[in-house]
Amino acid sequence: MDEPLNLVLFSGTDDKLQAAAVLTAGAAALGKPVNIFLQYWALDAFRAMKIGEDHGLAPEAGPAGRIAVDALAKAGQATWAETLRQAKDLGAVDIQACSLSMDLLQLESIDLDPLVDGIEGVTAFYLNAGEGQVVFI
Amino acid sequence: MPLIEITQTVDARGLSCPMPIVKTAQAVKPLPSGAVVELLATDVGSIKDVAAWCRATGNELIEQTSDGAVYHFVIRRK
Repeated sequence: MDEPLNLVLFSGTDDKLQAAAVLTAGAAALGKPVNIFLQYWALDAFRAMKIGEDHGLAPEAGPAGRIAVDALAKAGQATWAETLRQAKDLGAVDIQACSLSMDLLQLESIDLDPLVDGIEGVTAFYLNAGEGQVVFI
Repeated sequence: MPLIEITQTVDARGLSCPMPIVKTAQAVKPLPSGAVVELLATDVGSIKDVAAWCRATGNELIEQTSDGAVYHFVIRRK
């Protein structure tokens, strides 16, 4: 249980971010450290001004998937951002922005939601990942 | 069966995975060893999740019952 779970988040749609938040919260509840590395469109979704917006769904969701996701949200499912906040409250969850993606999106650290702990390069991410699994979403 | 005194109740009815476990872990964390937490959940995944969480964290699952659609768990803190 001591090896961290390492999530590389690339996709910025709400369904994929929700899946990642669920994996994070589950690991945090078990006392497993979680390192999250935000790249590309996932990082874009963590902009302070955009985090509460609708980020759409993966193409495979289709119209039926949209209806199913909306129904779950209406039933009171926590948003992915809220789930991540709770996970951070519970355990060691470190969320880092990929510095290359920061350049790509022309972002400064002040543009990011406080959920994001810092900015790092891929080498630092691998170093912190240790022997733990790396999952790409 | 001796009467078990419940220290705290976590009402996670209507919450989807992983919130029942997250709420339970949050409730258990500040409590002293031996404290007893009761969890009410409707998420079907919680049946296996609570047992697995207890095994992994060393907390003791004292009781597990189901009242129709509501699952009821009693956990003693490590």
